[in-house]
Amino acid sequence: MLSLESITKTTQDWLLAKFNPTIALAMECAIVILLAITLFAILGLVLVLLERKVAARIQIRLGPNRVGPGGIFQTAADTLKLIMKEGLTPDTADKFLFNLAPFVVMMVAMLLLAPIAFAKNFQIWDINIGVLYISSISSLSVIGILMAGWASNNKYSLLGAMRSGAQIVSYELSAGFAVLTIVVLTGSLQISEIVAAQQNGWWLFKGHIPVVIAFVLYIIAVTAETNRAPFDLAEAESELTAGFHTEYSGMKFALFFLAEYINIFIVCAIGATLFLGGWMPLHIGHWEGFNHIMDYIPSSVWFMGKTFFLIFIIMWFRWTFPRLRVDQLLNLEWKYLLPISLFNLLLVTVIAIMGWYF
Amino acid sequence: MYNQTDIIKDTTNLGPEGELVVNMGPQHPATHGVLHLVVTLNGETIKKIEPHLGYIHRSIEKMCESLTYRQFIYVTSRMDYLSSHINNTACALLVEKGMQIEVPERAKFVRTILNELTRIASHELWIGAMAMDLGAFTPFFYAFREREMITDIMEDTCGARLTMNYIVPGGLMYDIHPEFQTKVKAFIKQFKEKVTEYEDLVTGNIIFQSRTKGVGVLSAEDAISYGCSGPVARASGVSCDIRKIAPYDAYDRVEFDEIIETEGDSFSRYLVRVKEMNQSIRIIEQLIDNIPEGEFVGKTKNVLKLNKGEFYQRVETARGELGVYIVSEGATTPHRIKFRSPGFSNLSVLDHIAKGSKIGDLMATMGTLDLVIPDIDR
Amino acid sequence: MTNEEIKAYISSHLPEASFDETGEWLNIIIPPTSLRSIATVLLGQPMQMNFLFCLTCVDNKTHLTMVYHLTSMKNRSINIVLKANLDRQNPVIDTLSDLWRTAEFHEREVFEMFGVNFTHHPDLRKLILEDDFKGFPLRKDFEDPINMIKL
Repeated sequence: MLSLESITKTTQDWLLAKFNPTIALAMECAIVILLAITLFAILGLVLVLLERKVAARIQIRLGPNRVGPGGIFQTAADTLKLIMKEGLTPDTADKFLFNLAPFVVMMVAMLLLAPIAFAKNFQIWDINIGVLYISSISSLSVIGILMAGWASNNKYSLLGAMRSGAQIVSYELSAGFAVLTIVVLTGSLQISEIVAAQQNGWWLFKGHIPVVIAFVLYIIAVTAETNRAPFDLAEAESELTAGFHTEYSGMKFALFFLAEYINIFIVCAIGATLFLGGWMPLHIGHWEGFNHIMDYIPSSVWFMGKTFFLIFIIMWFRWTFPRLRVDQLLNLEWKYLLPISLFNLLLVTVIAIMGWYF
Repeated sequence: MYNQTDIIKDTTNLGPEGELVVNMGPQHPATHGVLHLVVTLNGETIKKIEPHLGYIHRSIEKMCESLTYRQFIYVTSRMDYLSSHINNTACALLVEKGMQIEVPERAKFVRTILNELTRIASHELWIGAMAMDLGAFTPFFYAFREREMITDIMEDTCGARLTMNYIVPGGLMYDIHPEFQTKVKAFIKQFKEKVTEYEDLVTGNIIFQSRTKGVGVLSAEDAISYGCSGPVARASGVSCDIRKIAPYDAYDRVEFDEIIETEGDSFSRYLVRVKEMNQSIRIIEQLIDNIPEGEFVGKTKNVLKLNKGEFYQRVETARGELGVYIVSEGATTPHRIKFRSPGFSNLSVLDHIAKGSKIGDLMATMGTLDLVIPDIDR
Repeated sequence: MTNEEIKAYISSHLPEASFDETGEWLNIIIPPTSLRSIATVLLGQPMQMNFLFCLTCVDNKTHLTMVYHLTSMKNRSINIVLKANLDRQNPVIDTLSDLWRTAEFHEREVFEMFGVNFTHHPDLRKLILEDDFKGFPLRKDFEDPINMIKL
């Protein structure tokens, strides 16, 4: 069976045998960067196409079906169009910040890839504070959005950026508490250990009702954090035309667009890792035969399957619900989600101390 | 109206008390056309809304003064393009009133059916567009699935899908399509099955309800004082259905309820329109099997000349009360013609009911007022 | 209320009002100076003509005529047409926008299209035309400087 683990190991061994350790490390870095950028491009294309296809299915229509078989090259063609478009910078905009903002948003999305375990032992950086790293880095993206909104010198952009700021800062709390419940149960911040703890069952099944609550809270909070409908107030197109990226065009707009989809992928990947066992196959207690069959499915398939399932749920939200109003959005967080999260964390702590989980 | 320099000045400066002044439109996704609202904001809260009209003003009233009574009907299809049959009916009725033309029964029945189909089509479009304003894209496609059937029927009957010109003084331009009745029945069957589908998608949705309930509340007194009509006034508890008050065509022969809600908020405006669609289906069901045989157009002279005097005809369009006022001097063209469009009065209430609410609420309020800009500008 | 009763009631308040019953509805022709007083009478008890459903102006070449279509929401079968003849050179009439709020927009439209000045109107600006537009388009003698047909 072809596993990603063996590939990485062979590559590393080969590099170390040929070159001295410093150069080998540098080359590994280069390979990782190349892979990350490729992953970005592919993910962007796939997710945009997926979104359009999901939307079409929900809205009783066909979706893109002209470019390539079943329209699979539609997003590639769109990207080509966006690259060739002129990147306009408004006259009255703060040009430096205006041009910097899409890259800030993009870089934050890229940094978040580091601790994610894509398959068994296939991880860029297994940092021992993985979850904390993710929480802290992901809250940086608001800086890019605020930068874009302010520098555009457009009232719609400014309103959108302000909304986005308020929204991300508040929903960060709920997402953080939801993540903490798993940290409490596992007793570690390291991604690999969190996954290893789900060897005999995913936390969603092992952790009783509090973990299910935490999972629901997490999905709601990250939907808000990634500015997706029904929480897409920052770019509410019927109210603020396009919100913070109203003035952007061409590739700079594409970067925002891409960053949104990458962010969805990342939050879903983290959700899959924390609640659905990451790359860990589905194991049910002592059903040895069943567990053995499940092990045959490659770990990367498990990981991607779970992630895309969560992505599908988030897309389903977008095409079903109307948008919330800005005060309702903040009410939902501060009056409902946050108290529930706090209580839930307490409950989980009790469960963890008493050892009441499976 | 603002001139160009004012608009540029406006985007860099703030209002007199440091408020944010936002030019919403004439190019804006939620204004559905070229409505220009100058919105004064205090944070997210709306302090003042000033509509600026005229971006699609075609001077129809002036144009009609030089068109004959056969010609001017075609212009009116372009006013409220979503209920063009009803606009045409109003003009045809007025000319018939002015010349005492007898309209055959067959024409009356077909006119009523077409008017109600137009009303359903208009409300379907509105439901989709309003849901889209609130951020839900999907209902739009579900609503358009049924609307498409109506436009197909319209295409069979009069060759056009949007700006139909089928109703002429004296009756109809041509006889109905042989498959008209079967197609309408097929539509009724489909509509009854599917109407629940997007009602489930929208009406029961908790986010939709929280976005519309208690938003843009219009009291009955204000609705009357601002001259509101149609679903907007009926949602505030004002009985104002012209089809009941002054029945025209075959409306006096059918049974239907005038839908009245009392809350006056955006949600009751929504409910009124959804229930009205069901009432329209009820009207069509009563008429579709009973279309009498016979002539489809009454005897008219080749050159129409209205008697000297003043004539006023009211009809109930999908948006409310459309009034056509003609001052005739006995010539082949009107001396003065005035269209009292429902959207014009409904728009004037926007500042009153949206003041003090959030920008998001403005979308709900504006969406449920169902503004069609060519109807307002004329 | 029959037309006769309305006529008697109006005459008791405004003796100089004249009536015209040739049309579909009762027309009341009043001098422009007494518009506000008669409007207040119509709006109050017992008439309660609270729905101003059409407000417009007609250019009769010799004079302008303001036309107000009124009805009562209590009884929609009573419709009254109120008319006031204005001088063409300097048309001035009182505003009704504080009695019927809908009049505010309609009067702005009449102001730009016919050049009728409404005294005490809260916001008498052009609504449809641009600010620097010269002339009153719906008047019979209006000539567009850029006439597309005559070009």
